[in-house]
Amino acid sequence: MIVRRMAGPRSHWSDFDVLRKDMLRLLDQVGLAAHEFQPAGVFPPVNLTQDREHYYLRCELPGMRPEDLEISVVGRTVTLSGERKPAEAEGVSYHRRERLYGRFSRSITLPGEVDSETINANLSDGLLTVKMPKPEKLKPRQISIKAS
Amino acid sequence: MAEQNTAVETRSPQDLTSTEGTRPGVVVAPLVDIYETQETITLLADMPGVSQDDLTIDLNEGVLTLTGHTTGVPNTEDRVGSEFRAGTFQRKFTLSDSIDQTKIEAQLELGVLKLQLPKAAKAKVRKITVQGA
Repeated sequence: MIVRRMAGPRSHWSDFDVLRKDMLRLLDQVGLAAHEFQPAGVFPPVNLTQDREHYYLRCELPGMRPEDLEISVVGRTVTLSGERKPAEAEGVSYHRRERLYGRFSRSITLPGEVDSETINANLSDGLLTVKMPKPEKLKPRQISIKAS
Repeated sequence: MAEQNTAVETRSPQDLTSTEGTRPGVVVAPLVDIYETQETITLLADMPGVSQDDLTIDLNEGVLTLTGHTTGVPNTEDRVGSEFRAGTFQRKFTLSDSIDQTKIEAQLELGVLKLQLPKAAKAKVRKITVQGA
């Protein structure tokens, strides 16, 4: 499993992060926690956005081809998995090796349901964009007010 | 890792912030692999979301600067959570004399920049056979 180094070495602030996660877990047990996207610090980094009709998941996957990547959606959970293969270079000597290789699998819980039939995924310039429509019944609707 | 005899030297990350950028967003140093064969030094840099038009490679007084810009999310979308930000990938490398600076080749594919830096003739390894008398 690839572990991504986020902002620098472990600092004393990370203890607060642990505390925050514990608090959220506690709230979750009593059913009070609102959904919150937790930055996980693992490869690959993911951004999640939404508009009125869709959720958008964007993910940095440089050097990956569509055939090396698998996306599955079950309920509210999106799972990205795949393998990032090292450059085919044999008999070379490395000066630096910072890029991450190996198998990964990552699940992201969405704030709400999506219509899994019409999900659209696109990989370009090493950036994956998954466009997931919200189900018809959950889309916001304009309600017109009639004057009597 | 073999740090001695390195023909490509990386600068410290602090150098990146020494000048103020004119574009919005953060400046991130891309992760790189640098490896060497007898003829060339190859540099791979992860620059996801950078298209060919948004990439500039600049070589000035032996300093190679890679700069790539990414576009952020459209204004119509609300952020739910984010682990990476749009902005600029930038990193500088000092090239030594052992690289033939006129023959550098660059290729951007799937968000990975590949630079081939051929070694100058004098820096190539030559085998010298010792002849017996």
